[in-house]
Amino acid sequence: MDLKLKIWRQKDSRSRGRFVNYFLREIDPDCSFLEMLDILNEQLISRNEEPVVFDHECREGICGSCSIYINGRPHGPDELTTVCQLHMRKFNHGDTIVIEPWRARSFPVIRDLMVDRSSFDTLIREGGYISVNTGTAPDANTIPVNRDDAVFAMDAAACIGCGACVAACKNASAMLFVGAKISHLASLPQGRVEARKRVQDMVAMMDALGFGNCTNTGACEVECPKGIKMANIVRLNREYLKSTL
Amino acid sequence: MGKLQSRIPEGHIAEKWNRFKSTQNLVNPANKRKLDVIVVGTGLAGSSAAASLAELGFKVKSFCYQDSPRRAHSISAQGGINAAKNYQNDGDSVFRLFYDTVKGGDFRSREANVYRLAEVSNQIIDHCVAQGVPFSREYGGLLDNRSFGGALVSRTFYAKGQTGQQLLLGAYQSLSRQIKAGNVTMYPRMEMFNLVVVEGKARGIIARDVITGKLHRFSAHAVVLATGGYGNVFFLSTLSMGSNVSAAWQCYRKGALFANPCFVQIHPTCIPVHGDYQSKLTLMSESLRNDGRIWVPKKKEDAARLQQGEIKGSQIPEEDRDYYLERRYPAFGNLVPRDVASRAAKERCDAGYGVNSTGRSVFLDFRDAIDRLGKDAIEAKYGNLFQMYEKITDDNPCEEPMMIYPAIHYNMGGLWVDYELQTTIPGLFAIGEVNFSDHGANRLGASALMQGLADGYFVLPYTIQNYLAHEIRVPRFPTDTPEFDNAEEEVRMRLEKLISVGGNATVDSLHKQLGHIMWEYIGMSRNKAGLVRAAEEIKKLQEQFWSDVKIPGRVEDLNPELQKADRLADFLELGILMAKDALHREESCGGHFREEYQTEEHEALRNDRDFAYVAAWEFTGPDREPELHREPLSFEHIQLKQRDYR
Ligand SMILES: Cc1cc2nc3c(=O)[nH]c(=O)nc-3n(C[C@H](O)[C@H](O)[C@H](O)COP(=O)(O)OP(=O)(O)OC[C@H]3O[C@@H](n4cnc5c(N)ncnc54)[C@H](O)[C@@H]3O)c2cc1C
Ligand code: FES
Repeated sequence: MDLKLKIWRQKDSRSRGRFVNYFLREIDPDCSFLEMLDILNEQLISRNEEPVVFDHECREGICGSCSIYINGRPHGPDELTTVCQLHMRKFNHGDTIVIEPWRARSFPVIRDLMVDRSSFDTLIREGGYISVNTGTAPDANTIPVNRDDAVFAMDAAACIGCGACVAACKNASAMLFVGAKISHLASLPQGRVEARKRVQDMVAMMDALGFGNCTNTGACEVECPKGIKMANIVRLNREYLKSTL
Repeated sequence: MGKLQSRIPEGHIAEKWNRFKSTQNLVNPANKRKLDVIVVGTGLAGSSAAASLAELGFKVKSFCYQDSPRRAHSISAQGGINAAKNYQNDGDSVFRLFYDTVKGGDFRSREANVYRLAEVSNQIIDHCVAQGVPFSREYGGLLDNRSFGGALVSRTFYAKGQTGQQLLLGAYQSLSRQIKAGNVTMYPRMEMFNLVVVEGKARGIIARDVITGKLHRFSAHAVVLATGGYGNVFFLSTLSMGSNVSAAWQCYRKGALFANPCFVQIHPTCIPVHGDYQSKLTLMSESLRNDGRIWVPKKKEDAARLQQGEIKGSQIPEEDRDYYLERRYPAFGNLVPRDVASRAAKERCDAGYGVNSTGRSVFLDFRDAIDRLGKDAIEAKYGNLFQMYEKITDDNPCEEPMMIYPAIHYNMGGLWVDYELQTTIPGLFAIGEVNFSDHGANRLGASALMQGLADGYFVLPYTIQNYLAHEIRVPRFPTDTPEFDNAEEEVRMRLEKLISVGGNATVDSLHKQLGHIMWEYIGMSRNKAGLVRAAEEIKKLQEQFWSDVKIPGRVEDLNPELQKADRLADFLELGILMAKDALHREESCGGHFREEYQTEEHEALRNDRDFAYVAAWEFTGPDREPELHREPLSFEHIQLKQRDYR
């Protein structure tokens, strides 16, 4: 298929960016979106133009590196799919594809489609863990965990930290990301011990980092490539309320 | 042997580790604060080591080239992690896990290391559960297990199909806690480019800031390498795009020996190659072999029609299917080790029974499991893998059998380390996939996660103290010394040299060529003529690289092409060493299959008399042949015998 690409090019966080048009011919529909960008970059390098910079690593939908806005949607048109798992068969011959970076105050653009998401790491450092030192744990089967709780914890823990939720939110809120970690840990007996301090600290840091408020539009849930549910935000609010009582 | 002191403690195998721990040197708490440790890599091995060392009180500097430690390649591991808990009461034990691992590795690993690995495996599960890793559970609330290849017991713990992700997030969270506590300084997007050796000891690294391209110097009392595997020397592999050999190679060039480089693992169940634009291969977890049955048609006509796309797999009747693993290996069936399953698939495809358009694929079929357990149960178990498969191939594995083919997945070879995980450079340690230690010539499924976490949580934090105890009088030292100057200058010159080639060939186009040579001659089966040819062809390609590679942009800037080119330059050198290693090893063992050495049934034929050793190669200069050192392997607790999975 032949395609027209409108790609956001920006030198660094201080420079102004702009869209640049590129044309690609005879792209195989079985090729992945990032492989399509690889092909473009090979052509740009051969023409002595600067290749497009984007983050990517596993190309399996699990590391959360890839982060591209495609035709107005984080990770593009396919449900429950990261950019690296998106395939060109989802597009048609002759399409124009608009390709942009995540846009959020807390994710400054580094170059082109690459953004700085270190604020997510900062959030986890505020208590997104269970304080246990290596070598001190009791036997793993000492505490049985209700299977439904374990499944709920797993579903929340499946978050890949890509930031699509923030990028999708008109307020650039990180509630889904933080909610997922809070409910993962709060739904396990091991995580209850520090639940109160964890939620207080993480919420305070979320505000300090400039993430916006949640107004329950649900855009995050729709765009999350891992199907993380709004129920995690509900859980976060409940844990927060509990912690203030 | 001279150079290779394996430093295995005396005593019965079951007592060695305890004996070591109770007699080794330790560092007292006040001194720990004064000692710095650099940990390069934040995969399972690196994150767990950095967190554990910091918990003990050491000051840690942690590095990764990704934007966050959580994105290390370990995140992709799917299937599970082994431990000898015997929770299923099916006869498992530390000894059995040890035995399976040594046997699975085709008797090319060190007994003492493997025994220790099996011993600490249980503690890993305990620790991970305490961290909140959401392992899959049974209805009663206890932990669930599944089986993996090469074992007759169910000892694999898993978190859906995302075990690596959950284990890594557990380690990442512990690491985050130590960063917050001020015990670890985290340097993401900071790539190691050189090792600094002062008076024979590893004392620091030179790293390049990925965003600015500027070089930085870091000093420490010890350096730990946890930089993962080098499978990308084949271009196409199941590894992450940035996985590389470069950090290990810099150490090799500084005197660390490189062991068994030719031992790579080819995983039997990956999605087959489909186009030349392809950038990576996707694994379909080994856990699928618990319920999936592998087959090809019995009749060549059926295979031909499948290849033409005239029929689908589901249309072939039961009596015309050849479940060749079950046929050849009735005892282990679909759960034979990876090397055996991979070769069997290649054998069928070479014979013309391949089932896709390229003829290089076999079926992995869930029909019977769905009939037995129901579609919902199978989807609950493997849902995310099925989705991944469908996204890539546009086929639904519940309706049509999956098409799979072997692909490069893991390397057993790596930096040579002694029992204490120290390389031949004092003060330089290597943990996780980057070392060679525990898997011999073939790794069993679910054992890499076990090894990475064993090294990082439970082994290195002890053994490194045996070294650091002698460093307590060494104050923190500056980086404006001639050794750091030289190491930085070496990097600067190399990067300048790369960027000034100014040729016409893109990095990827050259890397693909290397991949073709590697796969053709140093892949699933090898022979003398092919290996000689491979070395020659790689040397030619190397010349082309250094005269014709085209790298846009500048050195002191964000420049992904430059990063890739630097890695490729090292892969080219590694490829030559792999060919040499494979050529010298005149036997077949595990993943290393030399066509000249096979039994009448086409199984790998080992030569224990001449090759029961670890081959460790020493760099002797850029244009000189590396020198081979041998570490003999002795088997006192397991009888050496031909593997038999029938
Ligand atoms: C698809 C897939 C599935 C797998 N499934 C399983 C499984 O189910 N069970 C199992 O046991 N094993 C599995 N494995 C194998 C296992 O995942 C790996 O062997 C293991 O995770 C390696 O961990 P590591 O910590 O050694 O290295 P990695 O996770 O590869 O981490 C390497 C780290 O080093 C850093 N690094 C590398 N070079 C540099 C440099 N120059 N400078 C700075 N930092 C650097 C990277 O940033 C990264 O943080 C799987 C592998 C693959 C590919
Ligand atoms: S590259 Fe890892 S999730 Fe897309």
